[in-house]
Amino acid sequence: MEKRRLIYLDNNATTPCDPRVVDTMVPYFYEKHGNAASRSHQFGWEAEDAVDYAREQIAQLLEVENKEIIFTSGATESNNLALKGVFEMYAKKGNHIITAAIEHKAILDTCKHLEKQGAEITYLDVQEDGLIDLAELEASIKPTTILVSFMWANNETGVIQHMRKIADICEKHGVLFHSDATQAVGKIPTLPRETGVHLMSFTAHKMYGPKGVGALYVSRKNPRVKVTAQIDGGGHERGMRSGTLNVPGIVGFGKAAEIAKVQMHEDAARLSKLRDRLQAELTVLEETKINGNEESRMPHVTNISFKHVEGEGLMMTFNQNIAVSSGSACTSASLEPSYVLVGMGLGDDLAHSSIRFSLGRFTTDEDIDQAIALVAAGVNHMRDLSPIWEMYKDGIDLTKIEWAAH
Amino acid sequence: MAYSEKLLEHFKHPKNVGVLNKDAKNVGTGLVGAPECGDVMRLQIEVDDATGIISDAKFKTFGCGSAIASSSLATEWLKGKSLDEAMTIDNMAIVEELALPPVKIHCSVLAEDAIKAAIKDYQSKNGIVAGN
Repeated sequence: MEKRRLIYLDNNATTPCDPRVVDTMVPYFYEKHGNAASRSHQFGWEAEDAVDYAREQIAQLLEVENKEIIFTSGATESNNLALKGVFEMYAKKGNHIITAAIEHKAILDTCKHLEKQGAEITYLDVQEDGLIDLAELEASIKPTTILVSFMWANNETGVIQHMRKIADICEKHGVLFHSDATQAVGKIPTLPRETGVHLMSFTAHKMYGPKGVGALYVSRKNPRVKVTAQIDGGGHERGMRSGTLNVPGIVGFGKAAEIAKVQMHEDAARLSKLRDRLQAELTVLEETKINGNEESRMPHVTNISFKHVEGEGLMMTFNQNIAVSSGSACTSASLEPSYVLVGMGLGDDLAHSSIRFSLGRFTTDEDIDQAIALVAAGVNHMRDLSPIWEMYKDGIDLTKIEWAAH
Repeated sequence: MAYSEKLLEHFKHPKNVGVLNKDAKNVGTGLVGAPECGDVMRLQIEVDDATGIISDAKFKTFGCGSAIASSSLATEWLKGKSLDEAMTIDNMAIVEELALPPVKIHCSVLAEDAIKAAIKDYQSKNGIVAGN
């Protein structure tokens, strides 16, 4: 029997490189191996030209100026640079930053670090659908607020914040707006200037580019934003981020952006159909719940809780065939279930039962057929083993049982 | 993380899945864990009144692969044992048998708790005061 291909539905973790991206990168490991900062010879000029071209490709995707793109090692570094850099640069103006409880750890842990440096951080809860309450945001802005930071789209649920409305509030109060757009760039239009976002973090490896390279968009006019460098050295990237540029990575990042600009809408239309079919077929099963706002959501993502089934156990029934991820505690070292889902008001039990499906450019119709069959079989199998499913079927109110929490 | 063959076998083909009549006098039921914690185990034993030997054991578990494998293994080990012998089943023996990684040790603890809870339930139903 032919060995079945492992189906990859975990594209929010990382995407495979597009072969066109890899082909573009290869010469920069070999004959074009120069350091972009070498100003005295052909190798350096070639590398610098390549970086400039990639910067242009990325700027075109975002409809911004080339000089507004600062290359980094990835979105985590970009998020660190944005938050720490703004905090230091605008210290005289204030020390208050507003963010959300459902942000990625690269934001939350950076905020915790800044708290130790004297920052005051407001962590807004989100509504049940995963969206920020705009009135609550506006009410938390004070004279000392220097920055608002919200992710464009959430990694676990795919929920897209109402970016324009948030930007309007920030503009009204003269507060800078940073967005961790890691999950959105290259998949949906993310135009910071048009939207009113002043700083934006993103990375190549979530948009079919290589790992280890990311960027921070920093607005150069209206407003002109500056961030204090967090890595000292040769003063690369207009002094905001020193370090020899990862030329092959940047070249690949540029190519990925160019492809995304052309192909984004076509990919999104195809994937949203596949996602909708997957979601519809799996929610035919009893007692399922789709997590997060379905109207304002990334086209390739769905997050579903299968009640009375534990996520990691469920994944083990099909992980020889399908790769997904779960909000179950058992997938993390902390033994706590997803703080994103809990932050949306989901009970721990439902968070433990959740599976995230994230499709990508290389997902096929057949992949989805197989995923539907295998996941549904897995859910049924796990429910046959589940004492709480049996109790639910017997009409027992699970909330009335005195559980021996451990 | 990679799981042991034994663990995967118990997960894929769990032994003794099911339910015994919890109202029967010779059946002891242990229900441990909580849905909020991501693990619930229900383990039941049926005791032969004449011999005092566990003649059958069944389980159902809501939990990860390690929790399901731990409970499956526990039911296998219980069958044919006296209550005193059953009381000596130690969670570390389960850890060893299934090669549970450190983050999954709590699954074996839960299985031991379930065994003890089932025995206690049987004993209290039958007016036996636990010896220890």
